[in-house]
Amino acid sequence: MRHIISLLMENEAGALSRVAGLFSARGYNIESLTVAPTEDPTLSRMTIVTSGSDAVIEQIIKQLNKLIDVVKVLDLNDGKFIERELMLVKVKATGNFREEMKRMSDIFRGRIIDVADGSFTIELTGSGSKLDAFIESLDKAAILETVRTGASGIGRGDRILKV
Amino acid sequence: MADTQKTTDSKQPTAKQMTGADILVRCLHEEKVEYVFGYPGGAVLHIYDAIFKQDGFKHILVRHEQAALHAADAYSRSTGKVGVALVTSGPGATNAVTGIATAYMDSIPMVIISGQVPTYAIGEDAFQECDTVGITRPCVKHNFLVKDVRDIAATMKKAFYVAASGRPGPVLVDIPKDITADLCKFEYPESVSLRSYNPVTKGHLGQIKKALKLLAEAKRPMVYSGGGVVLGDASAHLIKLVQAMGVPITSTLMGLGGFPASDEKFLGMLGMHGTYEANMAMQECDVLLAVGARFDDRVIGNTAHFLSNPRTIIHIDIDPSSISKRVKIDVPIVGDVKSVLADMNELIATEKASNQFVQNTTALAAWFKQIEAWRSKKCLNFAQSSEVIKPQYVIQKLHEVTKGEAFVTSDVGQHQMWAAQYYKFNEPRRWINSGGLGTMGVGLPYAMGVQLAHPNAQVACVTGEGSIQMNIQELSTCAQYHLPIKVIMLNNRYLGMVRQWQEFFYENRYSESYMDSLPDFVKLAEAYGHVGMQITKPGDVEGALKEAFDMKSRFVFLDFITDQKENVFPMIQNGKGLSEMILANDIGAEDL
Repeated sequence: MRHIISLLMENEAGALSRVAGLFSARGYNIESLTVAPTEDPTLSRMTIVTSGSDAVIEQIIKQLNKLIDVVKVLDLNDGKFIERELMLVKVKATGNFREEMKRMSDIFRGRIIDVADGSFTIELTGSGSKLDAFIESLDKAAILETVRTGASGIGRGDRILKV
Repeated sequence: MADTQKTTDSKQPTAKQMTGADILVRCLHEEKVEYVFGYPGGAVLHIYDAIFKQDGFKHILVRHEQAALHAADAYSRSTGKVGVALVTSGPGATNAVTGIATAYMDSIPMVIISGQVPTYAIGEDAFQECDTVGITRPCVKHNFLVKDVRDIAATMKKAFYVAASGRPGPVLVDIPKDITADLCKFEYPESVSLRSYNPVTKGHLGQIKKALKLLAEAKRPMVYSGGGVVLGDASAHLIKLVQAMGVPITSTLMGLGGFPASDEKFLGMLGMHGTYEANMAMQECDVLLAVGARFDDRVIGNTAHFLSNPRTIIHIDIDPSSISKRVKIDVPIVGDVKSVLADMNELIATEKASNQFVQNTTALAAWFKQIEAWRSKKCLNFAQSSEVIKPQYVIQKLHEVTKGEAFVTSDVGQHQMWAAQYYKFNEPRRWINSGGLGTMGVGLPYAMGVQLAHPNAQVACVTGEGSIQMNIQELSTCAQYHLPIKVIMLNNRYLGMVRQWQEFFYENRYSESYMDSLPDFVKLAEAYGHVGMQITKPGDVEGALKEAFDMKSRFVFLDFITDQKENVFPMIQNGKGLSEMILANDIGAEDL
């Protein structure tokens, strides 16, 4: 099953590679991994999207907790949470495509953030599956380039991950 | 890796300021380090200069960095203190990696200091540069790169704390050369706290009560103890618990000595080369108490087969990630084994005083009767010979001659298993070997670390002619420091364990497992100023051992020419279950 794991870690050189190294060394899946400093500059927050059986996810959480630099770990799937990902898509926008792309972007509540002679760049935010759905609905030939940030997640309501 | 780089440091310390190198040495004094095992080189020259000027600890100069790591590791294994090693940058650090990984797999507390190229040269492919922190990351508990002289003291304090607390392990501190020349005031922190690292010590009392109830009500209870009991100094508490409950106990390779082998409740080692009674009891028990052990693949064999017999499993371990890693645990108790066992003993005493601790004694008696039946197979019997020396016989005689009181280090292979099976360890920290990583070549440097820590003790290094050659250069270190180690080499002219597997699973195709062109080990020992002996007849084994151990101040190398094709039994083949052992009698040793 797909799980989103959030963690707070010391904002130190090499901390990211400890997490990435753990996943490769123990053969765990990583679908995406994002990391950035928090409002407290000594801490970084990481969101890891992974998948595995319950036993594997339990081991992942335990192994992450074992890393000396990791301060707190939370499996967002243990409760209610919100997931968002940002995607930028550069699409062909010539002739008929120009109108079509504008319409598709509107349907998915995307924004066209760059307009060129032959192309648009669309910014789209949502859950991973929404972004997948947008890609699916486009004509493959029209997609010039895509870039995705990977998911970020946060617990709903009182679920707070903080030191 | 000696390299004499030209340095241009002209900084003069003020009265209160010290160089990074001096600060580092002072940190080691603060930690009451007795020995530093190391090898100098360009990046650590300032540190070696600081060592020259101090007498708080002794530096042991090895002949290869790998040996420095192993010796520091064994110093720790035999004393419980943190082992310390010092190596230079680049090849010094890469040579140390095998030793670090060996310690990591067996959870040995160590602090490794590695030199690094100066901070301004990092990343420029400088001479003797490597990404030491990156290379060692997967095989250390934690590591640090010190980029400011003001961080040395605090980092060293953290390193010793992290290495020794929780589930212990090696911690590496990488220090660029310029940092060891920079100046600052020395202040050693009195305490250390890390918001991201708070190992649990006390076990959950509710879980402990639940565990005791299950054990008391069990029909076929069993204790399975591991290296955690030795590392956690919990042996006395384990003995008390087992005696209070009167239950059978087995031990992993790493746990040997944690419970006295001479006690009748001890069923011997379990696992791939464990005893028949230990493996059968492990398979057939209905409540299992695992203490500081991790259900390793070499211990439980085929997991599905192990689980085919349902049993309730209680697991005490300081590392939450060891629990339910390979086998689902019914009653997990996260905590320091010593503290948890002490709590259990206290509870039993209270419950016994108020007659609340009621065991199923009838069932327990029947269980022991069954165990005796398994034991009567005498699975460790071997066919003695008057012509050729049987390796098992050498270990039996070693046990007799040393009265079972020696520290025994071993390398990896058949001789390791025979030492584990036939040298009956009654005390913890006496059996020193590489269990997790299985590193050939550890035996001799391990013996060095042990002998230095225990100068008056008998130290035997049980090895083979394959393993010993992986760190044979340390014969020189043993001469320099007058270490009266006794090397017990079981020389069968084969990489015995490889040959055994090739015999069983590859139709006797002995691919590259024959040891050809062996040196004359007697002459080799003598070349280093040691005593060398070759023993070829069974009748001479005991005499030679006595003669060797009577030479209390000499290093003696005993080359026992043993039966070439003796195999280690019992044996569980890869993929088979605990109760599917091959016994020596099943095959008929003569046919092999």
